[in-house]
Amino acid sequence: MIINHPLLGPRDAAEFVYLGDASLIDRPDWQDPLAAEKFHDYLYLRDNPVGNHRELWYHEQGDRSWLVVTRNTLTHEIIKVELATDVARKRGRSR
Amino acid sequence: MSQPHRINGGLTDRTQALHFTFNGKAMQGYAGDTLASALLANGQRLVGRSFKYHRPRGIFSAGSEEPNALVELRRDAHCEPNTRATVAELFDGLEARSQNHRGSLEFDLMAATDLLSPFLSAGFYYKTFMWPKAFWEKFYEPIIRASAGLGRLSGQSDPDFYDKGFLHCDLLVIGAGPAGLAAALAAGRSGARVVLADEDFVLGGRLNAETMQIGGQMGSAWAAAAGGELAAMGNVRLMPRTTVYGAYDHGIFGALERRTDHLADTTGAPRQILWRVYARRSILAAGATERPIAFANNDRPGVMLAGAVRTYANRFGVTPGRRVAVFTNNDDGWRTATDLAGKGVEITAIIDTRKIRPLASIPGVVIMTGAHVTGTAGRKGIKAITLNTGQRIPADCLAVSGGWNPNVHLTCHQRGRPVWDNDISAFVPGGDLPPGMTVAGAANGTLTLAAALKEGHATANAALKSLGFTPSRSQAPVAEDEPRTLEAFWHVRAGRGRAWLDFQNDVTVKDVKLAHQEGFRSVEHLKRYTTLGMATDQGRTANIPALAIMAECTGKTIAETGTTIFRPPYTPVPIGALAGRARGKDFRPYRLTPSHKWASENGATFVETGNWLRAQWFARPGEKGWRDSVDREVRMTRASVGICDVTTLGKIDIQGRDAAEFLNRIYANGFAKLAVGKVRYGLMLREDGIAYDDGTTAHLAENHYVMTTTTANAVLVFRRLEFARQCLWPDLDVHLISATDGWAQFAVAGPNARALLAKLVDAPFDISNEAFPFMACASLSVCGGTPARLFRISFSGELAYEIAVPARFGDAMIRALMAAGKEFDAIPYGTEALGVMRIEKGHAAGNELNGQTTALNLGLGRMVSKKKDCIGNVLSERAELNRPDAVRLVGFKPVDRAESLAAGAHFINRGDPADMDHDQGWMSSVAFSPMLGHSIGLGFISRGHERMGEIVRAVDPIRKREVEVEITSPHFFDPEGERLRV
Repeated sequence: MIINHPLLGPRDAAEFVYLGDASLIDRPDWQDPLAAEKFHDYLYLRDNPVGNHRELWYHEQGDRSWLVVTRNTLTHEIIKVELATDVARKRGRSR
Repeated sequence: MSQPHRINGGLTDRTQALHFTFNGKAMQGYAGDTLASALLANGQRLVGRSFKYHRPRGIFSAGSEEPNALVELRRDAHCEPNTRATVAELFDGLEARSQNHRGSLEFDLMAATDLLSPFLSAGFYYKTFMWPKAFWEKFYEPIIRASAGLGRLSGQSDPDFYDKGFLHCDLLVIGAGPAGLAAALAAGRSGARVVLADEDFVLGGRLNAETMQIGGQMGSAWAAAAGGELAAMGNVRLMPRTTVYGAYDHGIFGALERRTDHLADTTGAPRQILWRVYARRSILAAGATERPIAFANNDRPGVMLAGAVRTYANRFGVTPGRRVAVFTNNDDGWRTATDLAGKGVEITAIIDTRKIRPLASIPGVVIMTGAHVTGTAGRKGIKAITLNTGQRIPADCLAVSGGWNPNVHLTCHQRGRPVWDNDISAFVPGGDLPPGMTVAGAANGTLTLAAALKEGHATANAALKSLGFTPSRSQAPVAEDEPRTLEAFWHVRAGRGRAWLDFQNDVTVKDVKLAHQEGFRSVEHLKRYTTLGMATDQGRTANIPALAIMAECTGKTIAETGTTIFRPPYTPVPIGALAGRARGKDFRPYRLTPSHKWASENGATFVETGNWLRAQWFARPGEKGWRDSVDREVRMTRASVGICDVTTLGKIDIQGRDAAEFLNRIYANGFAKLAVGKVRYGLMLREDGIAYDDGTTAHLAENHYVMTTTTANAVLVFRRLEFARQCLWPDLDVHLISATDGWAQFAVAGPNARALLAKLVDAPFDISNEAFPFMACASLSVCGGTPARLFRISFSGELAYEIAVPARFGDAMIRALMAAGKEFDAIPYGTEALGVMRIEKGHAAGNELNGQTTALNLGLGRMVSKKKDCIGNVLSERAELNRPDAVRLVGFKPVDRAESLAAGAHFINRGDPADMDHDQGWMSSVAFSPMLGHSIGLGFISRGHERMGEIVRAVDPIRKREVEVEITSPHFFDPEGERLRV
């Protein structure tokens, strides 16, 4: 596979390490009254979609960017590649 | 050395005779021959025995689809079994042997297996040899395994080497037949970067095997000229002897180039190269493969594909027989007759299944239409054929044509499924092709020459346009389309004897019918039940006829019956090529510490820790075993001073205004208030609350920290920190860089550690206990200006420091340390002594942080802050992880101090049975303590912290040992920690 890195252009997938569902960005608030349940869901529950899937890839043999790659699990077509920092900020994460 | 079957013409170089042997017999061929064509030229019809029944078999095809002619090439360690003689290029001195027979090829002792065939039908594994059950593993299976089989491996290490390569192109053209050449010419002339790959060693594909003309010249001459034009273009890379074996995601192709397989002397060059080709567009022009017609005893040597017979005659100047008969269901078979007759070979009969007007008349040839071949005669090579009329016709070669199957394989490597084309009675590429791929020529079902040339040309131009190139104005080469009508006809019903479909795996028409009868009707079931198409040739000549027969049985159409899924590789890829240079130790090269050279000069024994090679101990003359050395290293370190290379620990440089806050969230314990110049031990949890890694982090300067991780987790912790920084808290001002390789680091431990280092530290730095107390750190210089970092931390429990210098000074540093330590009798110590000392001190290491233990289990529960957000603290509070009877890390001493302990033993209370229900915990680390004079252990036991002094059993059922142990504090040596603070 080839991942079109937003900063570095097309790179072979062998340069990357795969982590999993991009929902791992949405780490719950530790002070939430339901923190234990929410952390459980965050850690253990994953969708396994047929079709587009947003997932985290780490450019370990490269610039060490974490990327959010939108990939079709059926065709392996890559629809979108974003820097995880941008996605995290869009999802309200900051400090 | 005559070649009785050599005839005039062809592309071999008659001026260049090549000598080779087959089963030790000297033979001769010419440059440009394959082993198969040379064997045929020498009259060698019998070349192998079939896999299951040991039936005599001959060369069947002229290409990579060959099911029969598998041979061993070369000798000793260079021997390669299961090579197809039909693609092996002949060279001078080649040694070839037939395989899968006991005794000689001619008198195979295993041929009796054929007599047992009634018991060996499809699925016989599951039927005949079921009883008695115990016999399967010990008796039946070994016999079956020994009797069936292919070639033998040499059992020696492969002396050749293999490379890997990467190619990028605008257009990859797969196959250099007429369509591929036309496509490559069009693309090359437009200026696009083109790779043209073909599995053959001569470009042209079928053009070299036929007598058709292009632009007024012979097809083979046109192909050679086209190859010359392409070779002269700087933007085109010609890759003969290269099989594109797989189409992968995003325009990536796997290709195997056989670089020196055809050379007698291969020294210095890689044997094969595994290419990864990145292509923006691709054209599959892989041609088509002819399929046979099944009839009784159609597997005898001399029965061949009609197209292959033409190949041998036209390309190699070899006739496979003196009296050739043709059996066909299409126009193509007739060309075999006319081509061979044109070369003076006697044609005895043309049998066409169709009731048509004869397409040719050759004097003296029996021409039968609407007729079938119902059998053959001749055990080790056919002598005659029998027709459905009862007529017997002499023939030593029967050329069979059942039509052509487009080589659609690569179109199916992703999600594509081929579709049935009634016009040519074959599967052609369907939808869902790999992105960027188009198909041209016979691979696309375009089976005639002029149309294939046009399609190749047009397909290339379309691909070029889509890439933004302007196609050249050149026209497609001009040729004529040959007649190509066909009647779907798969097998002859009449006749006695088995009719073979899969020659390599010995699957017959009857086996397919049996599979149907027993309910294995889907093509995937048929394949697995009968092993159809599961041999090294993947059933390239067998699958479609077998599907057609299954379709007949079920009353469905072939389109409804479908095909099995085509997966890479198209033809076998040697494991050696996949491994490339990554063999033996090169698979995972060692990482060496900066003191490695010094350590090897000083008698170190090394141990692999991950990729690192670390000194395990330093034996001295007179020491009888490793324990002597390790015990001495511990004693001398604790008595005076010892030095250990700890470079392998992961080091992460952390900087930024929010570095402290970041660390505070990464570690379970507090880091927000760590002062500059101080070091703190930190424990990391996983998000699920399990302990993950530990180490120390030093606050070197404002907003600047250096973290150490365990050796094993150096890469993983760094990855995790980057995840936290980028994905969880993107606006924290913190930056990371891995510094593991950048710094050489040495532990200097023992009562004289300070005195030793004082000699090396540059003035005015003060390392007195007052100025530089336990857990202090500083940047400084040593040895007269070498930059260094000093940490007063201790894993051994002694007064100890770790000193780091830039890695390039590591070798000089160990030598300086040892020289300075001479007056103190300083010694180097290895990982074993390191381990003994940490067990004496009760420090957890990899055996304790094993991915199953929590901070509570490790006795570090109070370190986990509940007043801050950090990775893992929420789920570390789960009830199950905090049960009152949770295991706790404690120490263990054998009640009988003379006993040794074993890690992995499980604790059982006295009087309880030793079973899982009564399991109390386990021993994780053990050592002989030279300081205490007996064995000690660390381990986890339920409520351990409340059970000091209790005696339990350490049961080790695997090693059949049991030792009574006393539960103690894990701090065996200097429990108050007085030594490290002096």
